[in-house]
Amino acid sequence: MSTTEINKTLKIAAESDERIREISKIKSLLNRPDFGAMSGVVLVFVFFSMIANDSGMFAADGILNWTTVSAQLGILAIGACLLMIAGEFDLSMGSMIGFAGMVIAIPAIYWQWPVWASILLAFSMAMSLGALIGYIVVKTKLPSFIVSLAFLFILRGLTIALSIFFTNKTIISGVDDAAQNDWLAPLFGGEVATSFFNWLGSIGFIETFNDGSPLVSGIPMVIVWCLVLAVFCNWLLFCTPFGNWIFAAGGDAKAAKNVGVPVDKVKILLFMLTAFCATLYASCQVLEFGSAAADRGLLKEFEAIIAVVIGGTLLTGGYGSVIGALCGALIFGVVQMGIFFTNISSDWFRVFLGIMLLAAVLFNNYIRNRITRA
Amino acid sequence: MNDSILALNNVSQYFGSVIALQHINMQINLGEIHCLLGDNGAGKSTLIKTLAGVHCPSKGEFLYQGKSLELNSPKDALDLGIATVYQDLALVPLMSVTRNFFLGREITKGKGIFKSFDVDKANQIAIDGLQEMGIKVRDPEQSIETMSGGEKQCLAIARAIYFGAKVLILDEPTAALGVKQSAKVLKVIAKAKARGLAVVLVTHNVHHAYPIADRFTLLNRGKSLGTFLKEEVSREQVLEMMAGGQELAELQAELAEFLHEDKQQTSTLGGC
Repeated sequence: MSTTEINKTLKIAAESDERIREISKIKSLLNRPDFGAMSGVVLVFVFFSMIANDSGMFAADGILNWTTVSAQLGILAIGACLLMIAGEFDLSMGSMIGFAGMVIAIPAIYWQWPVWASILLAFSMAMSLGALIGYIVVKTKLPSFIVSLAFLFILRGLTIALSIFFTNKTIISGVDDAAQNDWLAPLFGGEVATSFFNWLGSIGFIETFNDGSPLVSGIPMVIVWCLVLAVFCNWLLFCTPFGNWIFAAGGDAKAAKNVGVPVDKVKILLFMLTAFCATLYASCQVLEFGSAAADRGLLKEFEAIIAVVIGGTLLTGGYGSVIGALCGALIFGVVQMGIFFTNISSDWFRVFLGIMLLAAVLFNNYIRNRITRA
Repeated sequence: MNDSILALNNVSQYFGSVIALQHINMQINLGEIHCLLGDNGAGKSTLIKTLAGVHCPSKGEFLYQGKSLELNSPKDALDLGIATVYQDLALVPLMSVTRNFFLGREITKGKGIFKSFDVDKANQIAIDGLQEMGIKVRDPEQSIETMSGGEKQCLAIARAIYFGAKVLILDEPTAALGVKQSAKVLKVIAKAKARGLAVVLVTHNVHHAYPIADRFTLLNRGKSLGTFLKEEVSREQVLEMMAGGQELAELQAELAEFLHEDKQQTSTLGGC
């Protein structure tokens, strides 16, 4: 290097006082935790709009179909996401769905409880159980993986045993009849914007049945709940002190405790949140379809975790996003239903899922290294 | 003295049969840097944990502004304005500079259930607070891992000062740092003193401590060798007391021997 060149570099260094490098827009976008999932959503839509466009997947009822599936998983994924950012897992979510469903159905059908009371009972029981799981995790300092795995079996077994004990059945139907004229039930099993869809049907924008009622009668409450929950949790995570504590609890619990963050309280509250999400899922399902079964929610805990990881949240905690988890759930729902609409064997869905999971984890690790070294 | 804020009066600390500290007397004054020196295992960590409220003294008195009281938790100490910066700094690597700065004490805006973390104001305070300590923050939203070790140390100190610490206990703040970074940290410590804070600086590096300290307390095997004003002792004397003197003299003798052997070897090898 010649002296003039050296002088030139020195001069440039002197002029730009701060040691800051221009980072291109694309690279700073890459630093977002949910970037991978967002591009995944685009990719999946492009793919299925090419191969499944004439299968009805993107007609009104098709769209409603995969948004409902995505929203159901989305509810679980949002809860699992916050908990995973705080550094813990809840494998009992799937069993909690079956449990909560039965707690709604049995009192309502067999004990003649009003449906609203059994819904409230389900929420309070599930959230107490969530608090218990959280309490055991923080007190024993055992990995939450083990504690919640134990509750996966305990709750599933309890659900089947108790429903046989009380009713001699594991599937209970007729909840929809019992829920008629109930003030709380439509909040979970109802639909919104029905008149709007009627109008869409009447102008011929969406297909109708022979009697003139539209094929899609409204937006199920599960989608509304999913969106409300997503907005609330995203705000909670990024815009409140509590959100700061969630990140800190998962990033470095000891450091967080040293500066006065109530890490144990945060974790217990988040275990209650996952239980709440599982119960919300169960309530929407039971009240929309009118039946509860003891084996509902099987493997849902893993699906939720997969959606969260695809959404860019680190398995080790401390980093992630709610929007990412929602994108993960959307990818999940679209691919699952897309494979159904295109008549591809559903076995391929699992292959796809596994590959997707592996790719997401690798990508997330890469992003984490980028951010901490940046 | 009037501006004494903390004092230990004949404090002993036992863990089972182990005597970690015995008959320690110490006084910490506002506007002074009190340096706690000692070799490994001398009881420095136990002593600062006693000051920080982690341990309650087994025997003796803990005086705060002349009043005897008992600290039951680090939070009690923090409420009195006794802030401790440990070696691990209590920073969360994946979080941003601002979020780390305000962790556990977030400033909020809005009311009731809409109360939210005021990110813009927090960013500004973090930048200003660090600027005052002579650290330029490039982007407060960037991960804390993009800062150097010295900058992180300064951030932990600046954070304690911003949140109203009156007594600042620093555990080996320059232990893992290079020369320039150490100088930066020492400058920040001097600034804290200038603001009227009482600083307890724990270290075994006399060369870092001597230039900025006003007072030294030397620990050896759980006992205090006494507290000295800077005017009373020279750097060499401090060093000697700290290492027990004898060991250093022995080391010097051994080194001389090595040198001697070296010379012999080179002469027999014929100057290769």
